[in-house]
Amino acid sequence: MPEPTPVDIRVRELRKTFRVPEREAGLRASIRSLVRRSYRDVDAVAGVSFDIEAGDVVGFLGPNGAGKTTTLKMLSGLLHPTGGEISVLGHVPARREHDYLRRMTLVMGNRNQLQWDIPALDSFEMNRAIYRIPEADFRRIRDEIVELLEIGELVRKPVRTLSLGERMKAEIAAALLHRPQVLYLDEPTIGLDVTMQKRIRSFLADYNQRYGATVLLTSHYMADVQALCKRVIIIDSGSILYDGALRDLSTRYSPHQTINVVLAEPADLSAYGEVLDSVDGRITLKVAKADTSAVAARLLAAFGVSDLTIEDPPIEDVIEQVFAGSAPNDPTRAADRVAR
Amino acid sequence: MTGKLGGLPGLYSVVMRTAVQTQFQYRTANYAYLLGMIAEPVIYLVVWQTVAGSQGGAVEGITAGQFAAYYIVWTLVRNMNIVFTPYGWEDRIRNGLLSGMLVRPVHPIHYDLAFFAGWKFVAIVLWLPIAAVLVLIFRPTFDVNALEVGVFLIAIWGAYLLRSLLLWALGMVTFWTTRVSALYELYFTAELLLSGRLLPLALLPGWAATVSDVLPFKYTFGYPIEVLAGDLSTTELFIGLGLQAVWIGAGVLLVALVWRVGVRRYSAVGN
Repeated sequence: MPEPTPVDIRVRELRKTFRVPEREAGLRASIRSLVRRSYRDVDAVAGVSFDIEAGDVVGFLGPNGAGKTTTLKMLSGLLHPTGGEISVLGHVPARREHDYLRRMTLVMGNRNQLQWDIPALDSFEMNRAIYRIPEADFRRIRDEIVELLEIGELVRKPVRTLSLGERMKAEIAAALLHRPQVLYLDEPTIGLDVTMQKRIRSFLADYNQRYGATVLLTSHYMADVQALCKRVIIIDSGSILYDGALRDLSTRYSPHQTINVVLAEPADLSAYGEVLDSVDGRITLKVAKADTSAVAARLLAAFGVSDLTIEDPPIEDVIEQVFAGSAPNDPTRAADRVAR
Repeated sequence: MTGKLGGLPGLYSVVMRTAVQTQFQYRTANYAYLLGMIAEPVIYLVVWQTVAGSQGGAVEGITAGQFAAYYIVWTLVRNMNIVFTPYGWEDRIRNGLLSGMLVRPVHPIHYDLAFFAGWKFVAIVLWLPIAAVLVLIFRPTFDVNALEVGVFLIAIWGAYLLRSLLLWALGMVTFWTTRVSALYELYFTAELLLSGRLLPLALLPGWAATVSDVLPFKYTFGYPIEVLAGDLSTTELFIGLGLQAVWIGAGVLLVALVWRVGVRRYSAVGN
């Protein structure tokens, strides 16, 4: 029997409640609040449980205010949970033991690790001292990361002169010099252009493979998630809506696929599925997933087909459906409609 | 083997070098800062020399030359006791920089102590020509022996450490509320009067001198200045050093306590 993969992150019934002051707008309410303040309890995280195995890359998704960053802050030890338990690499993060902090990293925004006025290389040197990285190891890891991220030139310039994307790459490099086992990445590609996003994605994938690091990543860019994460946890209003394989997400929440077909002669295909688009002879049909193969076969048999492709719906649409709280549609009903 | 220097000494060495590099990038700004800072003691000095001149050459036994010595040493001590101010705390918490520091395996006070210690070396290099000019203009009277120089060199670093701890503790009030400028101003006003910054402590009225004796302020300004520019006996030199050490010990305890409670609050309410 194969050895079970060790669990790096274990979270049970995690809760975080913030007490937020609130008052009506206007002078009268302002004066009243001097005497009597009213507060409201906000459950930012409301009983979340999951395990992440060593070496996994998990996407942590949700709309703004869903509780993603609060959870990451609790995992990294920045916030004390209101309730529940967390264990990461055998440590309780809220205790912020140095042994734990040396084994993890948190990348949040792009002004954490680097000193503004000096080149990133000098900040790297500071991290060497903070994390007590042996000199030889430090040079090797630093050179490796600098090469992988292709930042050889820019780490010699004062950080304040770098662009947003360049700074983000240098931040990530600084955050990984001590070769952490657990990475919490909060929107690591936010605000970056497509090329820069791709570079960071491939770097993170490479880092994960090379060192077997465990990664929990939040991102609003589905391209990040699709490139890096086999598993996603979707959270909204502090509760988990979905925790499972990314590939199962569309099966569960979107029972449709699209068939793009280019016909030799124009034809009406509305009997085969819902026609979403028809431009220059290219027709897009929405078809129940269970019937995709059969419909494709019928199209090929009935028409002169120059091209035919089958696609899953965009992951953004699927996730939107998860957030919309829509129950998974019944695929048989959808199939009925196509056959009608 | 952990690099050239391991642990905290390694960190101090790197951060101090970083501070030197950073500050040398801003030579002009640093000079402007130093010149602005020099204006304060020069005003006090001119006032007291004028008063001394009108009273037959001395005020309470302090001559014009001794006033000059006092305020010229003042400029060096002031350079030494510039530390991370409470205003920096507001920025640190508001911009989330503190969060970045909290997830690192070292207490953030070490960055500040090391960074401002490194900054001193730049400030002293820039201060030397200014001090030379002040000496030429105001003609100070110095009567210094080797012991006093030795005690002074320890006392100015003690002053730096003590003021860092006090202002760090004060800055941490930001964990509870970010509108604390009034509290800071109160501290700086008390310090101005009771530390020897505004005037030599010998000139304080009796009640103020008593208050000054039981507070830590004078070990950040007046005591180190008087070690070099005053007329302290050997016993007074060492008692001063001992009391400065006691206040540093109290400062360490205060910072540790406030930090512990403050971080717990910070991590409870978030940022």
